[in-house]
Amino acid sequence: MEATSKPKFVYVTYISTTPEKLWEALTKADFTEKYWFGSRIESDWKVGSPFTIHTEVPDKDWKGKVLQCDPPRLLSYTFRVSGGAEHFTRVTILLEQHGPVVKLTLTHDELDEKDVKFFTGISGGWPAVLSNLKSLLEGGSPLVPRPC
Amino acid sequence: MDNVFKALADPTRRKLLDRLHAENGQTLGALCEHLDMTRQAVTKHLVLLEEANLVVTVRKGREKLHYLNPVPIHEIYERWIGKFERHRLEAIHQLKTILEEKTDGSDE
Repeated sequence: MEATSKPKFVYVTYISTTPEKLWEALTKADFTEKYWFGSRIESDWKVGSPFTIHTEVPDKDWKGKVLQCDPPRLLSYTFRVSGGAEHFTRVTILLEQHGPVVKLTLTHDELDEKDVKFFTGISGGWPAVLSNLKSLLEGGSPLVPRPC
Repeated sequence: MDNVFKALADPTRRKLLDRLHAENGQTLGALCEHLDMTRQAVTKHLVLLEEANLVVTVRKGREKLHYLNPVPIHEIYERWIGKFERHRLEAIHQLKTILEEKTDGSDE
């Protein structure tokens, strides 16, 4: 994977599913609710359209916009906590088929390191969200497939 | 999951993960600086870590950057730790950290 700026976090998980199913899990609001710990992601996924993570706390939704959308391969968006930091942070998700599994690479960059609380929340949050997503798509099986 | 445990069962590889935990996105050269071993030996360890999906690499221009990928470790955590045990485990961990004056779980 090629990066234009130095990413702060890169996460990879292999999920035994199809790119289409995984894409649906990433982009359909009802599905996102199932693994995002009560938060819900909403967007029409057109480039430039608004992107929102509705959290359980009112007025604390995370908002940004869609940067790239190429189903079922590439998704990229920005967001920031409403009423919080000025700074927008960027997430890029790449899906690649590796035989019976899909490799999901999530890159998070443009983080404001001054905002330590947000920063540590992110570093602890993505592995939990991704492992939830994996269990959900694999039907709760603890299988960890490894492509060659 | 076998390759995750195998990769973790070596002090040098755990040290490499510690170094990436302290500073994510390092080149091979930067990782070699604090280790008393050849580049080839460090490369071998990094390959094993990559095969276990504990390290992920990203190309940026001519550089190859290494990132700690904690997702497989999180899967181990999810597998054996119950939902209601988490707060108590955190409390025990904090107690141990304070008493032992360590900020992480490193071997040193």
